[in-house]
Amino acid sequence: MSLRVTGLTVGYGGAPALVDIGFEVRAGQRVAVLGPNGGGKTTLFRTLLGQLQPVAGTVEARGRFAVVPQTERSRLDFPVSATDVAVMGAVSRLPWWRPPGRAERAQASSALAQVGLADQAERTFGDLSGGQRQRVLVARALVQDAPVVLLDEPFTGLDAQSAERLEALLGDLAAEGRTLLIATHDVGHARRWDQVLCLNGHQIAFGPPLTTLTRPVLEATYGADIVDVDCPDHGAERAILPAHHHDHAH
Amino acid sequence: MSLAVLQWLTDPWAQSLGRRALLEVGLLGVAGGTLGCWLVFYNLAYSAESLAHSLLPGLVGAALLGVPLLLGGAAGLLLGAVAVALAGRIEGIGRDTAVAVVVTALLGLGVLLALSPETPAGLQGLLFGDVLGVTDTDLALAGGLVAVLLLALRLGHHRLLIVGFDRLSAPALGVRPFGVDVALLVGLAAALLVAVQGLGNLLVVAVLIAPASAARLLTRRMPAMLAASVAIAILGGVGGIYLSYHAGTAAGASIAAVLVAVYLVAAGAGGLRRTRTA
Repeated sequence: MSLRVTGLTVGYGGAPALVDIGFEVRAGQRVAVLGPNGGGKTTLFRTLLGQLQPVAGTVEARGRFAVVPQTERSRLDFPVSATDVAVMGAVSRLPWWRPPGRAERAQASSALAQVGLADQAERTFGDLSGGQRQRVLVARALVQDAPVVLLDEPFTGLDAQSAERLEALLGDLAAEGRTLLIATHDVGHARRWDQVLCLNGHQIAFGPPLTTLTRPVLEATYGADIVDVDCPDHGAERAILPAHHHDHAH
Repeated sequence: MSLAVLQWLTDPWAQSLGRRALLEVGLLGVAGGTLGCWLVFYNLAYSAESLAHSLLPGLVGAALLGVPLLLGGAAGLLLGAVAVALAGRIEGIGRDTAVAVVVTALLGLGVLLALSPETPAGLQGLLFGDVLGVTDTDLALAGGLVAVLLLALRLGHHRLLIVGFDRLSAPALGVRPFGVDVALLVGLAAALLVAVQGLGNLLVVAVLIAPASAARLLTRRMPAMLAASVAIAILGGVGGIYLSYHAGTAAGASIAAVLVAVYLVAAGAGGLRRTRTA
């Protein structure tokens, strides 16, 4: 067991935003967290990170969480290099009086190499492409060395090539034994990963994609607002996608 | 170099008055230049301006009691720093409004106190500064404050980077944004105390914001920006004293004018460089 959530209910004072969430993930699994905007993905992540106190339920995890936020949340005009950003992952491990030094920078360099950005290490973060910035933030999570990594819609705004690279990287991280929770709108990705968690205020379903991503489950997750699309990549196979999401992979 | 030019350059520093002013300008440049870089990225320029105004009651109080101005400003200023940090967290009325209420109240109180018959003359010095009038005690206190400020900024450097880069992700990296905000505002208070004697509480913002804004246009990394900002602040201060000495203008206002001029040149140079690379 790498992460076990039991009977989790979270609210912001008023009506609970998430009710009765329960699932268990093994080390090395990629979990797609699906749900409409406002469906509770962010609430779940913030609770796992300890930023929100649950009304009920428990979270048991093997070690700390790292988070890979959406890149547009960070300041692109900030005078930091890719290495500077990756080094940020080391700060929480150091005593308050010790600034990150040579060891931490070496760690950041090897994390950047692992995400395929060794040659971009000294470039300014804001000058990198969206996909590269996302990988820098993954490198920062690697420097944190947390066994569980939460990724907040990491594929948003990436072109097909960058998305493929990122997906391969996530595969590598899982193969290292890290557990990944990936908030996404892309049901296509979810089908290729190990587990799916469908949220819409409460838990609609949890399980392997093959048995979980059925039409009734997707309808309950996104409301009736889903469409059938032909997927040229998958031959005769048809994908069912939330109506507003089949356009951003281009 | 001809003798006249040499004299023109050395005259302002010939007396101890001038030398103390030079030291004050150096301290002011180091404090304002470093802290200013963080203020720019934390969108705290307005808070800096507000805090500077809010320390007036403390200064006037110190003048009334005859204690060093620096100590006098400190009490009211720390109160102001915490008030601004808390006011920014009140939902509904907005940070700007909350800060404006705090500040106008304190500035008004300061002016009221200054108008009382017991206050020694010199409200103008408090408002516009008197870089030529600093005493050795003032300098020693300012030097101590600057040393503490630099140490704090060094120790907090990476936490400041993390929160400034992405405030929402900071807790997941083990850094509490509120703690960093309060620390930065306390640092701002210290820098203001150092700078207010030289520049007065209406002009002090120039040394906090202009050098950092100029350095931001000229550099691409935080350490380089900090260094450039300090250099600009000190050179601007020295240039301002020359201007003041030779043109007979008020010292504080001259320093502020030179700093703003440097910013405009940097903005022009930055704009040129962008058009050329574009």
